[in-house]
Amino acid sequence: MRQKSTPWIVVLLAALVAARALASQPAAKPAAPPEKKKEILYEARPPPFSDGIFPCMECHKDQKDPTRRELGFHDEQQAVFDHDAEHRWCLDCHDLQNRDVLRLASGATVPFTESYRLCGQCHGDKYRDWRAGVHGRRVGMWDGAKTYLLCVSCHNPHSPSFKGVKEITVDGKLTVAPTLEKIKPEPRPARPEEMRGWKRPAEAGR
Amino acid sequence: MTSRKALNVIQDGGADPLGAEPMNPSRRAFLRTAAAGAAVSALAGCGVDVGEFLRSHFKELSRDELAKVLAKVERRNKERFGKDTKVTAEGPRPGVEFGYGLDISRCVGCRRCVYACVKENNQSREQPQIHWIRVLEMEKDHGVDLAHSELYYDADTVPRPGKFYFPVQCQQCRNPPCVKACPTQATWKEQDGIVVIDYDWCIGCRCCMSACPYGARHMNWAEPKLPAAELNPVQHYLGNRPRPKGVVEKCTFCIQRTRNGRYPACVEVCPVGARKFGNLLDPESEIRRVMETKRVFVFKEELATHPQFYYFYAT
Ligand code: SF4
Repeated sequence: MRQKSTPWIVVLLAALVAARALASQPAAKPAAPPEKKKEILYEARPPPFSDGIFPCMECHKDQKDPTRRELGFHDEQQAVFDHDAEHRWCLDCHDLQNRDVLRLASGATVPFTESYRLCGQCHGDKYRDWRAGVHGRRVGMWDGAKTYLLCVSCHNPHSPSFKGVKEITVDGKLTVAPTLEKIKPEPRPARPEEMRGWKRPAEAGR
Repeated sequence: MTSRKALNVIQDGGADPLGAEPMNPSRRAFLRTAAAGAAVSALAGCGVDVGEFLRSHFKELSRDELAKVLAKVERRNKERFGKDTKVTAEGPRPGVEFGYGLDISRCVGCRRCVYACVKENNQSREQPQIHWIRVLEMEKDHGVDLAHSELYYDADTVPRPGKFYFPVQCQQCRNPPCVKACPTQATWKEQDGIVVIDYDWCIGCRCCMSACPYGARHMNWAEPKLPAAELNPVQHYLGNRPRPKGVVEKCTFCIQRTRNGRYPACVEVCPVGARKFGNLLDPESEIRRVMETKRVFVFKEELATHPQFYYFYAT
């Protein structure tokens, strides 16, 4: 992994967020746009892989057929695939030679931890907003170090319209993964009359 | 900028831009001298803490007096919850004016923010149940219209078809009607824009509640029910310290977090990233980016409350 912390960043960061412990080095390239004046440490949450799916090359070592076709495997992806399905298929984003990385339109490859560069090729407006912190969730300091989520933490890349998210743990770190189900809301607030000792019927939940 | 009266952010210690009358927070100056004798013993007799009753307004406290007040709150916390707490009174930072953005094209109405707020800010859990954030379900056909809104929506999953969601909390107005209404100056606007309440100074008259056009202020009608196990021990004197019965409370932009550079709890919890927060005076901040590139509006603009809380549509 890239070492991001050059000494001057550490100094700046220490001044900015004196007491904040740097738990770990960034797993991916920081998303800070180059034009940003203040250098702030950003840390990506890890990509939300399904259990045991990565590294892909364990199964894909000898599969080198580049023709677009219905696959005899990966039913779980094919069943839900809804990402411009008419025009797109696996190898538009996944690299044929090395399945452990993704492939840009230019032919260059990017690791899964930087998948936002792939998404940003088509979704430039969202990419700009996300880099500026306007699209998507961030956690941390409003004036300092913060953690961001990858596009794929909330959008299933194979069925990207937002439906819902659930919390998961990857490498001991809490993050979120997209779900195909919508979110269940928290209980509604109590009505004033219910707060005066009136008991809500048990079957209504809360 | 022109110096329109209504837009001034109140300066601590300066003249009061809200009213023509000069500020006189020492409303108990008379008592302090006159009540020295019989009145004091009478107060003590009915269980009122005399030192507390006669102390100065929060803004007039010296460093030592403030330290004593904070220590007393920690002591009371210990008695009430049996737990050690850290109560601070971190002041506003120079050059910071907080702004909050809520993306109503993203909010799905999941109410995660409501409960994250309750947990962070030590609200009473039930009887009275106090929520500083209220998420209204509205109809897409009607737009932002309180006449077609539902606070008590029950749904298996959200968002529901044809609906959108409109969370409301304290708008931290630049021209706050609640501050003008308070007869004891128990509530005021700080330099970074947060409207705060000194619960020790609040007499529970609820004038501010009726003045607030957003329903953002909440009364502790009964002794707050806050299980000791759920107490958040990181507290601010003007924010999430446990409240007694009979005082009013409201959102403070998580003053105990944001004055230390952290995002408010609701911003961090929102699963769709609909909530944005930052320094309006920093041209690089997320909130400034929202202001400059999105369609932004304030709620009940016609009332000229000039909120520091903005709603926007990212799409
Ligand atoms: S947590 Fe976010 S999406 Fe859920 S109700 Fe609050 S603002 Fe809306």
